[in-house]
Amino acid sequence: MNVQKIRNGLVIDHIRAGAGLKVFNWLKLDRAPFTVAMIMNAPSSQMGKKDIIKIDNVIDIDYSVLGFIDPNITVSVIEDEHVARKITLTMPDRVENVIKCRNPRCITSSETAIPHVFHLVDRKRAEYACIYCDELYRAGIGEFL
Amino acid sequence: MLKGRHVIEPGDLSIQELDDLFSLAEQIIKQPERYSEVCRGKILATLFFEPSTRTRLSFEAAMLRLGGSTLGFADPGASSTTKGESLTDTIRTVSSYSDVIAMRNPKEGAALLASQVSSVPVINAGDGGHHHPTQTLTDLLTIRAYKGKTEGLTIGLCGDLKFGRTVHSLAKAMSRYPRNRFVLISPPELEIPDYIISRVFKPAGVSFTQCRRLEEAIGDLDILYMTRVQKERFFNEQDYVRLKDSYILDAEKMKLARKDLTVLHPLPRVNEISVEVDSDPRAAYFPQVKYGMYARMALILQLLGMESRAPARETPAPQLAPQPTAPQPTAHRTPAAPKGGTAK
Repeated sequence: MNVQKIRNGLVIDHIRAGAGLKVFNWLKLDRAPFTVAMIMNAPSSQMGKKDIIKIDNVIDIDYSVLGFIDPNITVSVIEDEHVARKITLTMPDRVENVIKCRNPRCITSSETAIPHVFHLVDRKRAEYACIYCDELYRAGIGEFL
Repeated sequence: MLKGRHVIEPGDLSIQELDDLFSLAEQIIKQPERYSEVCRGKILATLFFEPSTRTRLSFEAAMLRLGGSTLGFADPGASSTTKGESLTDTIRTVSSYSDVIAMRNPKEGAALLASQVSSVPVINAGDGGHHHPTQTLTDLLTIRAYKGKTEGLTIGLCGDLKFGRTVHSLAKAMSRYPRNRFVLISPPELEIPDYIISRVFKPAGVSFTQCRRLEEAIGDLDILYMTRVQKERFFNEQDYVRLKDSYILDAEKMKLARKDLTVLHPLPRVNEISVEVDSDPRAAYFPQVKYGMYARMALILQLLGMESRAPARETPAPQLAPQPTAPQPTAHRTPAAPKGGTAK
């Protein structure tokens, strides 16, 4: 499968196979006025299979959210068809309004106006906890808002 | 200094702050009359979105014994939440009327949310199955009184360890002191949540064991903390009925315990401790109630920054309440009982 080179834009690579759609939806790329390519299940020597998103425009991205979805993701900034720089991601200490707390006993289930906030509690295990009820979540997994 | 702070979970207070608070509580126990007018003109709001008698009355008694006043509601049906008002709006309103708020709410994290919008200190009086820090203060003050220390103890937690918020708070609090170890006694369905093990015990290097039968563990314990299997924590009544009588402490099991065991219970008790145990000198759950009131008095004083307003001591400290009349086990440390208290 051939996807045309992009001139100026972003390549979001090494997305865990299956998580590409989450990234695509989170970045609201379905509404983008520029070309976007979503490649799923691409062969990868490191990962076996991976997802890739190519964006034909340089856009502002909340890298902390990408780091939460999958910290192994890399983002390459393309200028004049060449990689100008690579951005490596880390898990953020805190994410707000990315996933929803699913605990029915949590105050967020009844107070609808408050943000859903999670803080990193175990980097090794990629675990986040709801700041209100302490319910644990694995990074990148959950019901995305 | 705790002045102006919120108390949402036991970890909000450092070990030093806890020590200061307990020292103040012990001063109040010795000379309650010195503190009887200290909070005159101050108002405690008690907002109980979930039924509670003991905790609410304990807070109200604490404030009244400090010379302050109370307002609030004991039934969520009497609050504006029935009209659809959000918790944050209720708290913004009530914090305009009061100097300190004690709140119980069935939702986990409700007290943290309240603290984010309140202009006065918020004390978490229980947020669902999550935290209950003033019960922990009660428990620690009682342990300090009975054992003379809060470290190097073997603590058995028995019953509903999954939904029992008092257990979670006590586990966190006692994990902060050195050389404490836990024995977790529960059916598989009511085991302590993973986060207590992964985020409290393991990081603190706390030793713990899990077992299914109280008889197996009771002989090793310094403290046995009994809990009630609470109907309101279950979505399914069948599960409640199946598990409610899992662990009952009776005189037979007490025979297996050490002579210096201290039995605690956050109360109310249903049938998990037989009434025959009440007369055992090792049963500390009724004195614990009074220690709770004194712990809350000390906390209110410190959050309002009024602990230094007590008049200077003019007369020698009065005699403490009579010591228990029941025979005391050799190694059992009789606590400095609250004045006029119910310590046996």
